[in-house]
Amino acid sequence: MEKAKAPIKRSKKSFLRQWQLMLMSIPMLMYVILFSYLPLVGWIMAFQNFRPRFGVGIIRNFLDAEFVGLAHFITLLDASSHTGARFIRALTNTLGQSLLTLVVGFICAIVLSLMLHEVRHNGIKRFIQNILYLPHFLSWMIVTVLVSMTLALPVSGGILNDVLMSLRIIQEPIQFLAEPDYFWGIVAGANLWRNLGWNTIIYMAAMTAIDPNLYEAASIDGANRYHKMWHITLATISPTIILLIIMNIGWLLSSGFEIQFFLGTGPSIARAENIDIFVLRFGIEEHNFGLATAAGVFRTGVSILLLLAANLLSKLMKQETLF
Amino acid sequence: MRGKKLEPIIFHTINYTLLVLLCAIMLYPMLNTLALSFNDGLDAVRGGVRLWPRSFTLNNYETLFNVPAVFPAFRISVVRMIVTVITNLIFTSMLAYAISRPENKLGRPITLIIVITMYFSAGLIPHFILRQSLGLLNTFAVLWVPNIISPFNLIILRTYMKGLPESLVESAKLDGAGDFYVYAKIIMPLCKPVLATIALFVAVGSWNEWFDAFIFNSARPDLEVLQGVLRQFLAAAMAHAAGGGDGHAAALAAAAGAPIMVTPLTLRAAITMFTALPILLVFPFLQRYIVHGMTLGGVKG
Repeated sequence: MEKAKAPIKRSKKSFLRQWQLMLMSIPMLMYVILFSYLPLVGWIMAFQNFRPRFGVGIIRNFLDAEFVGLAHFITLLDASSHTGARFIRALTNTLGQSLLTLVVGFICAIVLSLMLHEVRHNGIKRFIQNILYLPHFLSWMIVTVLVSMTLALPVSGGILNDVLMSLRIIQEPIQFLAEPDYFWGIVAGANLWRNLGWNTIIYMAAMTAIDPNLYEAASIDGANRYHKMWHITLATISPTIILLIIMNIGWLLSSGFEIQFFLGTGPSIARAENIDIFVLRFGIEEHNFGLATAAGVFRTGVSILLLLAANLLSKLMKQETLF
Repeated sequence: MRGKKLEPIIFHTINYTLLVLLCAIMLYPMLNTLALSFNDGLDAVRGGVRLWPRSFTLNNYETLFNVPAVFPAFRISVVRMIVTVITNLIFTSMLAYAISRPENKLGRPITLIIVITMYFSAGLIPHFILRQSLGLLNTFAVLWVPNIISPFNLIILRTYMKGLPESLVESAKLDGAGDFYVYAKIIMPLCKPVLATIALFVAVGSWNEWFDAFIFNSARPDLEVLQGVLRQFLAAAMAHAAGGGDGHAAALAAAAGAPIMVTPLTLRAAITMFTALPILLVFPFLQRYIVHGMTLGGVKG
């Protein structure tokens, strides 16, 4: 909508106008700095033996805390110590849960988008899409309750056991939540249920931009449905896919919280406890702020490295990049 | 020729079947919970309640509304949602206007500073300490003050405002209008559709949030939000399950003649439905805006 730029009159009032704009932006800028950037100062704690004393000013707390250098990071990554082993377990669980979620989520969302794209009747398509979007708006708290009910034993109304047993895939009901080996799959499944429909939106939007003449021309050249899916539809959305993968790699070290925290109790904790829960347990519950902050700093650092690496790899392969 | 005609029929049959199956998987857990919430508690633990209550009762909801924590939490959730939506819309849109103006020298730097916050956060402990230092722990304010700017919505709004005809602003300014006037009287009315979208998304996000109340208001049970009450029910049920499975325990209690009219299962279903209700009510409006909002968000830069 940019018009040929008319010379803006520099009247006496122009300062006043800028002044109003400043009044709109500067307090908000300070707010963002306060709530998003000032906490970064807290990263000092990662290098301190910081244990909060309540009733003492926060600056006093920082000044009094003893500097320990990289000791927290060494503890976290030392598999022979109890804390280190637990952090490495949390790191493995985070990566396992989110990689599984990512891979399953991406493949299913792409396949579902292709399936929806083949639905010719627009009304039916929109109806199906709306049903698929619904779970995304339910809170993780509700999803967690629904997961616990779905996976329960048949006596508590768990449908999954019922279905598997009537299909004769299993003979005996399984206590899914008590078996550590199922936990990563449960996390991935819950994410899939909640976000599958939502994740197709961006692909569907990319697909509507495809010129229908392309399909026609391909048909004349003898291409069948699957040729067209592969060479036209999938080829068109592949830059979107790559961009989304890069963005998601930056999130690999966050695998969610509610399912793991509430359902990963008992023996399952071995496959449930992720970095978020680790930080909560050591920081908020045990007041070991230094160690918990170090875990958080480690996570952010690795996330940024992963994001940069994915972006670089994509650049080297001459594909879409984020920046 | 025949093969060519058969293929689309087979393909579409399989395609539709799979899609309908998928819709069933998406809907079943909610419908089952709805049926359970209206089913008699003792009857439910016999299993087999699927999509329709077998022994209809309103007892679960009656019991739920008699739980002392439920209504205060509902009120906190509603008030917090209203305050968040109003403050968020005002401050986010005002900042969006300020950074959308080409003559604002701070526009680009501010945009960059805010976009960066979308990609990383300082972490839980520093945020906890910040709120503690600001005296926000165990207050109602901690539930909305940190949420008055949402970066994603800010970018959506800024992009939308940049797409509005510049001549509108210019002519108003030539008439001597200031930025506050232009923002309130010209830009905001034009942004109504996108503001409605953002309001809905902010409302849903605020309604669904429970972690801040859990972590920052742990000493004030009276400031618990509704999702937090759901959390307590779930935690209780999990603890119960650890001691033998809640179905078993309830069935045993029933066999022993214990006067349990509502088992954790059906009561949990009732609180789940009650917590999800506002979302289900606004969903028809939400879905109209979903694609619209998402595609707007895609236009960054």
